[in-house]
Amino acid sequence: MSEQEYEENIEGFRKIISGFPGEKRYIIAIMHELSRCYRYLPRSALELTAEYVGVPFSQVYSMATFYRAFSLQPRGRFNIKVCDGTTCHIKGSNILLDEIHKNLGIGPGETTADREFSLETVNCIGACAIAPALLVNERVYPRVNAAALKEIIKEYRGGGDNDHHE
Amino acid sequence: MTTMNKSLIHLLLVCCGTGCVANGAREVYQALKDNLTSDDKAVLAATTSARATGCHGLCAQGPFVRILPEDITYCRVKAADIPEIVEKTLKQGEVVKRLLFRDRQKKTLVQGQNDIPFYQRQTRVALRNVGLIDPSSLQDYLERGGYRTLEKSLLDMRPEQVIEEIIKSGLRGRGGGGFPTGLKWKACAATPAQPRYIICNGDEGDPGAFMDESIMEGDPHSVLEGMIIAAYAVGASNGFIYVRDEYAQSVASLRKAIEEAENHGFLGENILGSALSFNIEIVRGGGAFVCGEETALIASIEGNVGEPRDKYVFPSEKGLWGQPTIINNVETWANIPVIMERGASWFTSLGTEGSKGTKVFSLVGKVANTGLVEVPMGTTLREIIFDIGGGVPKGRSFKAVQTGGPSGGCIPSELLDLKVDFDSLSQAGSMMGSGGLIVMDDRTCMVEVVRYYLSFLAGESCGKCVPCREGIKCLLEILTRICHGQGEIGDIALLEDIAETMQQASLCALGRTASNPVLSTLRYFREEYLEHIEGQRCPAGICRELSEFWIDPVICTGCGLCLPRCPVEGIKGEKKQAHWIESDKCIRCGECIDSCSFQAIKVK
Repeated sequence: MSEQEYEENIEGFRKIISGFPGEKRYIIAIMHELSRCYRYLPRSALELTAEYVGVPFSQVYSMATFYRAFSLQPRGRFNIKVCDGTTCHIKGSNILLDEIHKNLGIGPGETTADREFSLETVNCIGACAIAPALLVNERVYPRVNAAALKEIIKEYRGGGDNDHHE
Repeated sequence: MTTMNKSLIHLLLVCCGTGCVANGAREVYQALKDNLTSDDKAVLAATTSARATGCHGLCAQGPFVRILPEDITYCRVKAADIPEIVEKTLKQGEVVKRLLFRDRQKKTLVQGQNDIPFYQRQTRVALRNVGLIDPSSLQDYLERGGYRTLEKSLLDMRPEQVIEEIIKSGLRGRGGGGFPTGLKWKACAATPAQPRYIICNGDEGDPGAFMDESIMEGDPHSVLEGMIIAAYAVGASNGFIYVRDEYAQSVASLRKAIEEAENHGFLGENILGSALSFNIEIVRGGGAFVCGEETALIASIEGNVGEPRDKYVFPSEKGLWGQPTIINNVETWANIPVIMERGASWFTSLGTEGSKGTKVFSLVGKVANTGLVEVPMGTTLREIIFDIGGGVPKGRSFKAVQTGGPSGGCIPSELLDLKVDFDSLSQAGSMMGSGGLIVMDDRTCMVEVVRYYLSFLAGESCGKCVPCREGIKCLLEILTRICHGQGEIGDIALLEDIAETMQQASLCALGRTASNPVLSTLRYFREEYLEHIEGQRCPAGICRELSEFWIDPVICTGCGLCLPRCPVEGIKGEKKQAHWIESDKCIRCGECIDSCSFQAIKVK
């Protein structure tokens, strides 16, 4: 789906949004669900959300930009989150970021042109004992070094079964 | 090694904590299930049960398969090892030696979990069930005495008595602040407004901390039970568990537990036939560190941007939707049922004068036995890091331990005999925080670590108040300059000035404590700052502009280990002869230092 097609998918958004009570306190939950389905928050989905829970669009927008879990730009099919918690940091998470850049040509916050991979850093995934760690979608990879990283990327590049890894 | 009676019923506990799952524990568990239920092993299946449990603690050695009642702990187990474990251990009563824990100091193999030095000095209170029960099984929790204290509190005690018991226990909030829990409850109960709310803070944003995660994942019912007891004590109708976005497994575990508790009448209308009706809802966070701060967390549950407010009125009086609210963190909640069961005087027999009970720490960084540790308050840092943690690996030396996350500080080796509790850590210029202990060795640059924390906090400051928003930015700029070799003499005074202003003038704890890393390192590691600024040198060899590496020809054996590790082919030398580094090629990545077994590679 192109970005434009996403934006026009009003029925799809409505279906997700109406699965929650129409109260302000469900905005974050709605945004989580939208992110899970579309891998970002399309603007028209946010407009619908604001209307549905009865708050100004500015409020929904400020939340979408405040919380790190959400992105206003489409993310790749495989979202790589490199942990940059203290332990991962002192055990070389920056080396992983360099390697990903070498392999995929993207830096934190970017997505590959084919929309397969995107990269983010996260503050801590709670896997400090097996640092440095990274996540691909929701799967945790422990003690990643440059060689292991290559294998991980290969695995996803060859695969293509998204659900399998979630 | 003992042999076993084959007729015994075996219980196999497979660690499925986040760390072990990442290392293949789910596959191990599945392989075990498959092996136990295959046709020819039907007899075995009848005498053996396997449980996928929460974190066993010693994450560095996982995945674990622990066999009870014999108490055999197998480490670093792979799915491929399962047929051998089933064949040899379960059927023939033999121990598979190659999977046992290797005690490197005593050079022996250790069979039982309780004989592994890592576990010997621990006292598990908050973690009492983690690693022993299947978190998705209410039955397992009941067998361990679960919900018995809820029954006792609800049916035999008046709410005031419950609050009195918690006050007497001296329990202080495990989220970091250390506020007396019972007093918080009392204040909430004394506020006339209705309805009242209970919140569990499961945000755990500190990088380097995962104890709350392990409790939510591994023993979710203990958190629920604690919250329900509080609901009875203060008369609350609804509860919320705010879980940080990254903890998908915790959410799943809690969700299952809530459903089971509802089905069995521990949650919902007229709990256990009493007048209490109470529900719990999970709220998934949006990934903002400041939401660990209670007023920001409350704002987030209400459906707002997670900005804190000034606490001239505490949430216990005006919290969620302006109503009286008790907010405690996961570990605090997990302590409640056991205090109610064993009594306040038992609890006060553990710990120090000002800090009762135990504390769970996540012991990580440059330490051999990384993992989760629970010890009585007052245990020294030396005991935790060296006796339990096994010290700094690779022959390097201990430099500091960082406690309390980005809001905490770095404690130097001179203070290793500090007895850890809320007050002693504050006096040392750090704080308990949620309990992350990050060990740093001589290859950690203190200035760079502080720069890291400030860059973390700069991204996480909500921006509502000026001292925090602008102060962190200024500190970060100065620290970045110093790390790049552009530090100036006046920088240290400037850092101190800004840091102290932030301490006094920021709105919430994030801003007030953001300067702790700066001030604590200036207190204990001022020399290292001066080395960076005046000496133009980074002694740890981390800041690239200020590091230069050379190989000491006297120490170098010419083993050649570092050669292939160098990404730019900057190391030269013949086998068995001293090597050297071509400094114009060197990118100062430090790979060679970390690969050298003789510490022959030095920093200028």
